[in-house]
Amino acid sequence: MAMLEVNGLSIQFGGLRAVDDFNMKIEKGQLYGLIGPNGAGKTTIFNLLTGVYKPTEGIIKLDGEDITGKSIIEINKIGIARTFQNIRLFKDMPVIDNVKVALHNDSKYKYSTVTGILKLPKYFKMEKAMNERALEILKVFDLDKEAYINAGNLPYGKQRKLEIARALATNPKLLLLDEPAAGMNPNETLELMETIRFVRDHFGVTILLIEHDMKLVGGICEELTVLNFGHMLVQGETSKVLSDPVVITAYLGE
Amino acid sequence: MKKMNKTTKNNAITYLMVIVIFAVVQTLSATGNLSRLLTGLLVPLCVYIIAAVSLNLVVGFSGELSLGHAGFMCLGAYSSALFSHIAADSIPSVPRFILAILIGAAVAGVFGILIGIPVLRLRGDYLAIVTLAFGEIIKNLINILYVGVDSNGIHVATDSTGYKLAAGGKQIMKGALGISGTATLYKDIKDYFFIIGTVLIFVTLFIVQNLVNSKSGRAIMASRDNRIAAESVGINVTKFKLMAFAVSAALAGVAGVLYSHNLAMLKVSVFDYNLSILVLVYVVLGGIGNIRGSIIATIILYALPELLRGFATYRMLIYAIVLILMMLFNWAPAARDWRSRVVEKIKGGNKNKEAA
Repeated sequence: MAMLEVNGLSIQFGGLRAVDDFNMKIEKGQLYGLIGPNGAGKTTIFNLLTGVYKPTEGIIKLDGEDITGKSIIEINKIGIARTFQNIRLFKDMPVIDNVKVALHNDSKYKYSTVTGILKLPKYFKMEKAMNERALEILKVFDLDKEAYINAGNLPYGKQRKLEIARALATNPKLLLLDEPAAGMNPNETLELMETIRFVRDHFGVTILLIEHDMKLVGGICEELTVLNFGHMLVQGETSKVLSDPVVITAYLGE
Repeated sequence: MKKMNKTTKNNAITYLMVIVIFAVVQTLSATGNLSRLLTGLLVPLCVYIIAAVSLNLVVGFSGELSLGHAGFMCLGAYSSALFSHIAADSIPSVPRFILAILIGAAVAGVFGILIGIPVLRLRGDYLAIVTLAFGEIIKNLINILYVGVDSNGIHVATDSTGYKLAAGGKQIMKGALGISGTATLYKDIKDYFFIIGTVLIFVTLFIVQNLVNSKSGRAIMASRDNRIAAESVGINVTKFKLMAFAVSAALAGVAGVLYSHNLAMLKVSVFDYNLSILVLVYVVLGGIGNIRGSIIATIILYALPELLRGFATYRMLIYAIVLILMMLFNWAPAARDWRSRVVEKIKGGNKNKEAA
């Protein structure tokens, strides 16, 4: 069964149909790319998938479950986590707390507010377990040494990594990465590619990413969808899509 | 693990500071070095510290601006005083006072939830506007409320001729004249009000600091830092903003209880807009999100006008200058850099010593 299945997805903003009759199917464990020129509607699709926008038409299914029209919080609980194009961290909180916030709904670390205020033994036990889990995730991204500085003080590249770490902490089935390599130098991008592959294998998560860096897309994505003006242009295996003349025209013009 | 120790240490310092101040004041008072005027300020000081710490939960940790803190104090003050009068003959003073505190907190907390539910779903400055209006509405409502009790039960009216009390009945709330004689109901424990106030400060600190350091506290701060990101990791932003607001309102109610039970005459006119702003000034100048700062700022800014009475006409001028200086010290970039350099120097010095 497909991990994500999108059928006839459309959204209308006033007179503008930002996404029109969009279809996509991502298999479990796939590394899938969504590309297209600026303003093609890529981030809008992310916002539709995560419940920020409600679709005008269409159905979104995650692992067979219909999630169309559900709230951001519900969709995250069902299993989609994301990062943002413009980084959205909890800047005034330590790095480790950014990850611990994402462990909030995890039933393994549940304790009530009253338990927290009274600092009952369960509080200490759960906090310890949360710290361990958070550090374990941070270690994957080589952020464990910076765990106790404020997230806003991290260098740019590490902030991007922390966003991925935070998203993974919610234990998603599907991870959406919105331009993970934006603003990174070629070395950092190379390192990021390794990390994304590692994340997929290590956490067993399906990944859908938006990216402009063709080296990254060509290097790690198994399949691609190209979007232009809200319409799906081409879909298929990465190497075939990238050499398709229609795609080259969309990107470079006639 | 290091961070855990740091926050625990930080909290401990705050508790310790309160204990030290309390001990100093008690010693001064026991040795007769405290003037009558200053002694009279101690309980109100506790009231303002509780109010400031609880407001910091909303302003500092939840990132919302509330201008109605006086309204919640007012609700706590009046509901508890009303209870104290009604139960005056049936319950002994100590359990009655404890119940009064719980009732004041509950009433203020419930109103906090009622106001928070519609308003906290909105983004932006709506909370400031609504709480501002709320404070004024509560004040004006209580201003016209008459409550009396007699053998037939409790009577409520909106003007002085609204009901006739049977023989032996007593008027409790008298509109703009408020409630009188609450303090005399507690003659036997009146001398311990400063101790009770300090204990209530402790309770407030305990609740606020532990809440902030818990899972729910992180959710509150995450909602403040970035609403969309918080929702994207499954945090119910409205719920946690509401939680912070209701807890803050309940604690403001406790401050109100202490205030009303310390007074012979409780008038509603003190719970006006200026009181909300005054508490907000304590929070902002003490450092938003800094609990210990709220306490220090409250002590300095509350005691100052009283200590400066000798300067007569220049009193408010000096007060204003101190306000500006505190603002610069806490918020000016140059001052913040300087402070962080000093902190680092001290830390670096310690490390060098360890190395040697």
